[in-house]
Amino acid sequence: MSRARVEAWLFVAQRASAAALGVCVAVHLATIVYAVRGGLTAAEILARTQGSVALALFYGVFVLAVAIHAPIGLRAIFREHLGWRGAALDAGIAIFAVLLVWLGWRALGGLFG
Amino acid sequence: MNRPTRAQSHRAHPAFWAFVAHRASGLALALFLPVHFWALGQAIHGEAALESFLAWTRNPIAKAAETILVLLLAIHLTGGLRILALEFLPWSPRQKTAIAGSAGAAVLIGLLFLLNLGAGA
Amino acid sequence: MRGMEPGTISVRVWRGREDGGFAEYSVPRRASQTVLDVVTFIQRKLDPTLAYRYACRVGMCGSCAMTVNGRPRWTCRTHVAKLGAGPLTLEPLANLPRIKDLAADLAPFFDKWAQALGRFVPPAESKAEFAEVPPDSKARQAADAGIECIGCAVCYAACDTAAWNPDYLGPAALNRAWTLMNDVRDAAGPARLAAIAEAGGCSACHSHQSCREHCPKNLNPTASIAGLKRMVAKAALAGDIE
Repeated sequence: MSRARVEAWLFVAQRASAAALGVCVAVHLATIVYAVRGGLTAAEILARTQGSVALALFYGVFVLAVAIHAPIGLRAIFREHLGWRGAALDAGIAIFAVLLVWLGWRALGGLFG
Repeated sequence: MNRPTRAQSHRAHPAFWAFVAHRASGLALALFLPVHFWALGQAIHGEAALESFLAWTRNPIAKAAETILVLLLAIHLTGGLRILALEFLPWSPRQKTAIAGSAGAAVLIGLLFLLNLGAGA
Repeated sequence: MRGMEPGTISVRVWRGREDGGFAEYSVPRRASQTVLDVVTFIQRKLDPTLAYRYACRVGMCGSCAMTVNGRPRWTCRTHVAKLGAGPLTLEPLANLPRIKDLAADLAPFFDKWAQALGRFVPPAESKAEFAEVPPDSKARQAADAGIECIGCAVCYAACDTAAWNPDYLGPAALNRAWTLMNDVRDAAGPARLAAIAEAGGCSACHSHQSCREHCPKNLNPTASIAGLKRMVAKAALAGDIE
């Protein structure tokens, strides 16, 4: 795969995940604004999440989208403001993406399992 | 390399500052994400562990931080939708209106959160 | 006297290379005086060693651009009176190496232009028929919108992405690539698409819009680059990038 093709795919991945996040974040914000009324309790949260396949799927996709989106954004920030580029940066960014998926899905396992 | 030594007035226009807001909010959110996921991960250790974390977040400093995070998320959301429209729809001559609109919507979401945060406290 | 404005302009001018400094000059204020007039006055009357660049003096050649009070401008069409009453600070264009005084080295700017394949490439075999270019076709209108670039590098000097990312091809080169991608006669589409899909290509643009804000010809490189982004995204999905 040529470098041009890799960069083009990163651009597509960044914008496609952005579009998905546009929906996810809007729903997330609406949920937050609704849920904080009267304060958050663990029992309340878990009652909403546990056993809900639809919500689990939604947040599963949400985590995946953000794990694609945030690392690619950080890559641009590292390149432009810290002058860090090359294979080491790309490896670091990939590790961050994997970390986000792992931490995110692990949390979902607790909330929905 | 050659940089202007005086005030960088080539940046004195809304689209540049909209970019700064987008980059700064994106960076802050990216750094917050692992913490957020880790905190939610407390649910793995059962309801009590999650509840003890939530109890800690009921102090005023945590609530202020929450409000800032919601605002940052709203800024990044509305700014991001503006950028997607800029890149993937035919060019609109009303860029400044779009920037003002996205900023206004973000502030509105922040206020709505604050209002609801106060509603039950 | 009619048309004469009294007083003088205090002018700070960058002298030397990267490690130079500012020299101060006092230039008589005149009616309809351009920044280029001020520089020329200094060079002719006050200090013949001052280096700067210009050719046409009427906004066509794109050679007289400098940093005027912190922002890039074409100096031959910038009236001193419109800049306010304060002192003038003149420096060479930003984001480019300095050669001497007000002359910046435009080689990196034009090298990137070439890297973006910013030149018309005719098909290998001449066609028997003339290419038909309907003036009101979508592609031609897109090309026409960006075609009046004079290569003055004001957009490149105004671009923070160019300042932060040494690989970035810059607004002018990408704008030129966009006009050529919309030229039905051009034969280098796939090669140019690969060049602008690279790390420093269109996807490096963050739409600061400083190029659009400062272009003396009122062109919109941000819109051209957005067009390239759509083109590259579509090609990536179709597997058409070399």
